Amino acid sequence: MSDVSSPVAVFRSVARPPAPSAVSNALVFGWRAVLKFRHVPEQLFDLVMTPIMFTLIFTFVFGGALAGSPRDYLQVFLPGILVQTVTFNAVYSGMGLSADLDKGLFDRFRSLPIWSLAPFAGLVVGDVLRHLIAGAIILAIGLLLGYRPEGGLLGVLGGFALLLAIGFGFGWIFIVLGLLVRTPMTVMTIGFTFLFPLVFASNIMVDPATMPGWLAAFVAVNPVSLMTTAIRGLMGGGATLGEVAAGLLAPVVLTAVLAPLTLVLYRRQ
Amino acid sequence: MNMSVPMPVTLDVGSDGGFAVSVRGLAKRFGEVKAVDGIDLDVARGAIFALLGPNGAGKTTLMRMLATLITPDGGKASVMGHDLVAQPHAVRASIAMTGQFASLDDDLTGRENLLMLSRLLGFRGRAARARANDLLAEFDLSDAAGKQVKSYSGGMRRRLDIAASLVVTPDVLFLDEPTTGLDPNARQAVWRMIRAMAAAGVTILLTTQYLEEADQLADRIAVIDHGHKIAEGTSHELKSALGSGCLHVMLADPRRIEDAAAVLQAKLGLAAQAGVADASLSIVTRTAAEANEAVGALIAKGIELAAFSMGSPSLDEVFFALTAQHIGEVRDDV
Ligand SMILES: Nc1ncnc2c1ncn2[C@@H]1O[C@H](COP(=O)(O)OP(=O)(O)OP(=O)(O)O)[C@@H](O)[C@H]1O
Ligand SMILES: [Mg+2]
Repeated sequence: MSDVSSPVAVFRSVARPPAPSAVSNALVFGWRAVLKFRHVPEQLFDLVMTPIMFTLIFTFVFGGALAGSPRDYLQVFLPGILVQTVTFNAVYSGMGLSADLDKGLFDRFRSLPIWSLAPFAGLVVGDVLRHLIAGAIILAIGLLLGYRPEGGLLGVLGGFALLLAIGFGFGWIFIVLGLLVRTPMTVMTIGFTFLFPLVFASNIMVDPATMPGWLAAFVAVNPVSLMTTAIRGLMGGGATLGEVAAGLLAPVVLTAVLAPLTLVLYRRQ
Repeated sequence: MNMSVPMPVTLDVGSDGGFAVSVRGLAKRFGEVKAVDGIDLDVARGAIFALLGPNGAGKTTLMRMLATLITPDGGKASVMGHDLVAQPHAVRASIAMTGQFASLDDDLTGRENLLMLSRLLGFRGRAARARANDLLAEFDLSDAAGKQVKSYSGGMRRRLDIAASLVVTPDVLFLDEPTTGLDPNARQAVWRMIRAMAAAGVTILLTTQYLEEADQLADRIAVIDHGHKIAEGTSHELKSALGSGCLHVMLADPRRIEDAAAVLQAKLGLAAQAGVADASLSIVTRTAAEANEAVGALIAKGIELAAFSMGSPSLDEVFFALTAQHIGEVRDDV
């Protein structure tokens, strides 16, 4: 009870500093995402192990059969595995959100006088970092194995820019899922159930010309194929404007529809 | 949505009578469950106000509504003069809430959690670090400041969670079961902090299932059960509203306990509560004469007493009488 007789500094009224801007709020959440990388580096392991295994297995086991030689296969496969990596990564971010909501951490965020979408901006910063790190590791392994981006440095940069747009767009699907589903494992199950057919029934691993007609027709309009074609074009040189626009279509539509939905769902809780 | 625009201050003292929290007919249902069913409350500025009630009474739901985390289905409420529904942002700027379950980031360290909140609330660079360190020192967490929160004990988490609500001194602090699950020492420490905050002028609305806690801390207590407020007053008023005394009886024969309870209830109109000892009962009485008659009635029924005594009712006994009475009233309505 000594605290009452001698109120210590911390309990004396601490004035509220000037309210920070929405951007500053968002940056704090970005900082939180970076801290998570430092404290939980294992998460990166999860993120890059699957794509590394895919790259090695497909290149060396199936590469010869699918494209004549592992090296030739890698030329088409590597841009595709980047797309796959980024879409799978987005599932993990949805799981993280669902875990945060489950623990009541967002209750505190929601009772603060801050920009209400700032926590999501932080998620996006974390995602972008994840995509960049995972993408760089996969590309480095590809280069070691003999992948040569004919689009040059500019092509690779363009490809990565599109990759981030894809990660951003697909991220919304799992943010919405994370808001709706309170168990991270369920988010993962639903996420992969939805992504597996999209990723495998695409032009990432196999040339659609070898598929039955009905499947080839689906593969041709599958947004994952369109995005893969665009990235292949950018990194391999010779992308057309039309291809890049088609690759951007899904991320743009997803963002336009799901970002406002996120806001509604978050506010409604 | 641009936070850099200062919020207009609308201090309408006329409509809220200068109360920190003013609630009228607030209601919230989840499907069929009326979690909060029309509650009125007025919490004076600078007071410690306790919401006392058993599991599922609706305490958390009421508090989450007041913290703008869920929207009410009916009724009105204002916090520091700001309407809950119309001005949620202004409400958030005057409150802080420590929820029933720790709202901390387990992966980050204690210091990082506080730094994050300091920065979100507008402290920059060195000022944010200084604020985090002050809070850590004050809540006796300096040694653990660099450890991840997932390695903290229950008491440490609770202290950090409360510290997180004090980054800027709120006008009103909501504490949902601040000491549940803490050992007696940790509980005492939290009580000291709560008193110190109140001494600094913070209005505190806390929930508790512990009568002793409400008795110890609160200037005023509202008893909540099944979404209703069933009583309100100072702990002294609550005790005297029901009766100034409490009759404790110890039966010679424990098997007659149910007969004895029935006799007492019939005589005094209130439910008797089983005591800690097997064969003991206690019941709130208005006067000593009444207690005397009740003892007489027991003896007339041939129930022998090993001991009996008269004392002031504890809040525990008051609570039991209140909830039992309330259930009785509800049954009468049906
Ligand atoms: N999100 C929810 N969905 C459905 N029912 C809910 C929800 N939140 C609370 N309830 C119900 O509302 C009632 C009141 O719950 P509340 O959590 O407010 O009680 P409480 O007094 O805080 O209890 P405790 O002491 O156990 O924390 C309970 O019957 C509970 O089951
Ligand atoms: Mg509760």
